[in-house]
Amino acid sequence: MNFHAIATIYKTEMARTWRTLFQSVVSPVISTSLYFVVFGSAIGSRIDEVGGVSYGAFIVPGLIMLTLMTQGISNASFAIYFPKFIGTIYELLSAPISYVEIVISYVGAAATKSAMLGLIILATASLFVDLEIAHPFMMLLFLVLTSVTFSLFGFIIGIWADNFEKLQLVPLLIVTPLTFLGGTFYAIDMLPPLWQKITLFNPVVYLVSGFRWSFYGVADVSVGLSLVMITVFLAACMALVAWIFRTGYRLKS
Amino acid sequence: MSSPIISIHGLTKTFPSGFTALKGIDLEIPRGEIFALLGPNGAGKTTLISILCGLVNPSGGRATADGHDIISDYRAAREKIGLVPQELTTDQFEKVRATVAFSRGLFGKPKDPERVDRVLRELSLWDKRDAMLMTLSGGMKRRVMIAKALAHEPSILFLDEPTAGVDVELRRSMWQVVRALRESGVTIILTTHYLEEAEQMADRIGVINAGELIVVEETHELMRRLGEKRLTLQLDRPLERLPAALADHDLTVSEDGWALVHTYNSRDRAAGISALFRDLDAAGVGLRDVDTQKSSLEEIFVDLVNTGGRA
Repeated sequence: MNFHAIATIYKTEMARTWRTLFQSVVSPVISTSLYFVVFGSAIGSRIDEVGGVSYGAFIVPGLIMLTLMTQGISNASFAIYFPKFIGTIYELLSAPISYVEIVISYVGAAATKSAMLGLIILATASLFVDLEIAHPFMMLLFLVLTSVTFSLFGFIIGIWADNFEKLQLVPLLIVTPLTFLGGTFYAIDMLPPLWQKITLFNPVVYLVSGFRWSFYGVADVSVGLSLVMITVFLAACMALVAWIFRTGYRLKS
Repeated sequence: MSSPIISIHGLTKTFPSGFTALKGIDLEIPRGEIFALLGPNGAGKTTLISILCGLVNPSGGRATADGHDIISDYRAAREKIGLVPQELTTDQFEKVRATVAFSRGLFGKPKDPERVDRVLRELSLWDKRDAMLMTLSGGMKRRVMIAKALAHEPSILFLDEPTAGVDVELRRSMWQVVRALRESGVTIILTTHYLEEAEQMADRIGVINAGELIVVEETHELMRRLGEKRLTLQLDRPLERLPAALADHDLTVSEDGWALVHTYNSRDRAAGISALFRDLDAAGVGLRDVDTQKSSLEEIFVDLVNTGGRA
């Protein structure tokens, strides 16, 4: 195992975060805080409790999940796409480093950043609403699993993308809509019966539900099913990354 | 002779498009040599280097770097290799020292600021150590790329078109850098379009064309074996036409009639020079001056490519 290489890439990627602190940390925290202000305090004060939880507190797990997914994808996809775009990928491919090590370092850094942001937003949310965490260990498990899985997904997007438009395509057109329709702002039983069934095809529903359960002990679907879904998505991403490196897809001819 | 540091046997590469870039390359490069790979655009130079460095997968054959197979033992092989690619590909937002230190870590070496600083000094980059790459000139960026390639102390350095697009002064400065590297024990394989560069620097030259290595020869031997010479005879009075007594010699009269030009091969036509001078004297042709010129490597190269190495 080339530990020096893993540490070098990881530290360089983390250093990029500190170098672009406003864009990487401050900006997502501010935009998520706006959700708390608008939906949690302003509008939320006029909405009844959902599942015995105030609306302001109800949306917190979903918003954290939204951050974990979007930040994981954008950090990892940009981290591997940028060297491809400027050509410095040659150095990575010519280094004595295995594909597993490349994934560990880039995905590890992206997952760390998104998990870190998730925790900062959790701390920020506690300033606006009363929060409780019923199952802290499970909360951390969901947080880490989601960060890693979506960072891995972002890594795949970064390798697949051959221009900046494609880099944004999946996060904007697929992930964000699925997140907004995945129960971030509502419980599934608030939907009409037909949509309650249709929404079960949205994988984000399981993530938000499981994560919310770790806070308040209430869930739209069973926690076990949520864990299975995130594990299946993680395994699918790992299989896809393994195929990419085995074939050299968009990396090596 | 010690075992070669680079050993290539039957290396082939066919791209998915069906284009065959390499057609069975066999080559051995001894330790400490400067080897120049010449060839026209698309000949396979960069593909060959890219395979050896791990950027492109070979279709067949095998290669070793310092005894390590580039596929099955890629970690050990790549640790020995430094690559300076043709394009100036740098992270513009990084600082010089940081990017060189990054390369060292990427190749599995522990932090060594003193080593990084020494490389920067050797490449005259010390004053720019804290400068962002985007602020550097093209020549300086090229030096940074060499510094990155040397940061992990490789024993083999690949330079793909190291002086492409740089001015004459900088090119000569690069040559000094390369020579200094060789003196420090690094084996250097370079590709170039500047044939003067190969002639000036390389111990041996390999000419590649259409995916085939058509000749590998020591530089001075290649020049001696293949070098044509041009003998220009400045006359003491102009000639309107070539005298009949000189018709057996390969002579042409210059446009103004003041010179005779004789082209010959230094390898097998040397004896003809004496006969030429005797016949000139017999024909009453007086000489004012004599000048000889060796053909340039460029002319040799074009000749080799056109004859498939049989020149």
